[in-house]
Amino acid sequence: MSGGAAVEGLLRELAPQVLTRLVRRYGDFDSSEDAVQEALLAAAQQWPDEGVPENPRGWLVTVASRRLIEMVRSDAARRRREAGTAQREPPPGEQQPSADDSLTLLLLCCHPSLTPASQVALTLRAVGGLTTAEIARAYLVPEATIGQRISRAKQRITASGARFRLPSAEDRPRRIAGVLQVLYLVFNEGYTASSGAELVRTDLVAEAVRLARQLHAAVPEDGEAAGLLALMLLTDARRAARTRDDGALVPLAEQDRGRWDRNAIDEGLALVERTLASGPVGPYQLQAAIAAVHAEAPRAEDTDWPQILALYDLLRLTAPGPMVTLNRVVAVAMVHGAEEGLRLLREVEAEEALAGHHRVDAVRAHLLELVGDRTAAREAYLRAARRTLSVPEQRYLRSRAVALGE
Amino acid sequence: MKYLVLIYTNPDARRLWEQLPEAEQAQGLRAYAALNEELAASGEMIVSESLADPSLARQVTVRGGQISATDGPFAETKEQLAGFYLVECGSLERATEIAARIPEAEAGVIEVRPVRTFSGLEM
Repeated sequence: MSGGAAVEGLLRELAPQVLTRLVRRYGDFDSSEDAVQEALLAAAQQWPDEGVPENPRGWLVTVASRRLIEMVRSDAARRRREAGTAQREPPPGEQQPSADDSLTLLLLCCHPSLTPASQVALTLRAVGGLTTAEIARAYLVPEATIGQRISRAKQRITASGARFRLPSAEDRPRRIAGVLQVLYLVFNEGYTASSGAELVRTDLVAEAVRLARQLHAAVPEDGEAAGLLALMLLTDARRAARTRDDGALVPLAEQDRGRWDRNAIDEGLALVERTLASGPVGPYQLQAAIAAVHAEAPRAEDTDWPQILALYDLLRLTAPGPMVTLNRVVAVAMVHGAEEGLRLLREVEAEEALAGHHRVDAVRAHLLELVGDRTAAREAYLRAARRTLSVPEQRYLRSRAVALGE
Repeated sequence: MKYLVLIYTNPDARRLWEQLPEAEQAQGLRAYAALNEELAASGEMIVSESLADPSLARQVTVRGGQISATDGPFAETKEQLAGFYLVECGSLERATEIAARIPEAEAGVIEVRPVRTFSGLEM
């Protein structure tokens, strides 16, 4: 094996395995994570030139262990802990990493005592094997911010008394839901990124999909873990079609469906079919099912909108939220006509979560355009454009307004 | 979501602050230190700076390719930028909570501005 990219892929794969070995051996998650990060950086520098060692995992474990022992020895404040470390016997022989280990690590990094931003940063570094610099680039924040976020997060986990073991069976579903939320955040950050930072940020999508796969493998019976993986695959399948060459957004209805990634769609559809057939259905499965209905339509006009509306009805019960309400309005309009959609929009826009939301005006503009009221549609597009925080959305909304002004 | 939290103060509030007994000034500074520590611990802090006196400001304009720089002091406008926090947090509500913790909120005005993003959802 040679080349930076191959080494990078290998290192990401090995990072959580090496970390769990160190934590199991020495018990100190905080310092172990720092030591593994340094071993990964050393490997990333040496391996592309000198070649990958015969036993890469063993190499990383050795280098990280040595680094950890150095850190413990040189840190006077940690002398007492050193005594504890020395007494611990390393487990015999080379252990194979287990699915439980990777799950334990994910759950620890998404510990409920942390803020979402900290959970994301720690997960990407400790489980994803990304460097602090890579995470900082992906999130457009200074490297020092991410570094501090990670070290504070580890301190907080230590302070909370969390141990490196699986939570109790009754606590597990809630903790897994926390991991799903973190992976979903990572995916969205990467997926919604537009041209400017595209190259690095697409990595976040790949990383989220990789971690979701890992999680699904660790808990194959968890319908929501399968649902999230399916949702990611079906959404990301549209990536090539969702932006034009100049970075402008292309709405779903206007996308060239020939550019959708068939392999990702097939895998996502199979997952949706399997997971919907078993057990209670949660929000990720429902969103995946909606993405599946879109994916199954060869042309936008073939979309099974009644089916989508039924799914949004369910989603509104299990996971209500402003975006669900608004997307349901669009589905109502597609099934019962734009007039009916506008009527419903007037009804729901009074809801607190929707007050002042730019998407209300974006949806209204779209529906007004459908009923042929070009002047009012144009005004609504401009209002939505002024209120959005997103530069690509603003560009899209303005372009619709301009088209109507002609 | 990133928010820029702008701390505006005015000449009256500044004079009031300068006349405060040392112990009360120290208390204000401790409130800042506690807020900074909390934001660092939660991972929400990106950067925070306190700005030097407005009299040290330099205004720069380019007109017709001509650069012109004018040094202060300028006629004191009512509200002056005194410092800022760039934070990353979950919601506008949380950013508002942070803004209310800034001691200047009691004498001046704190403004919370969402930062534009380059992310966009499919419509």
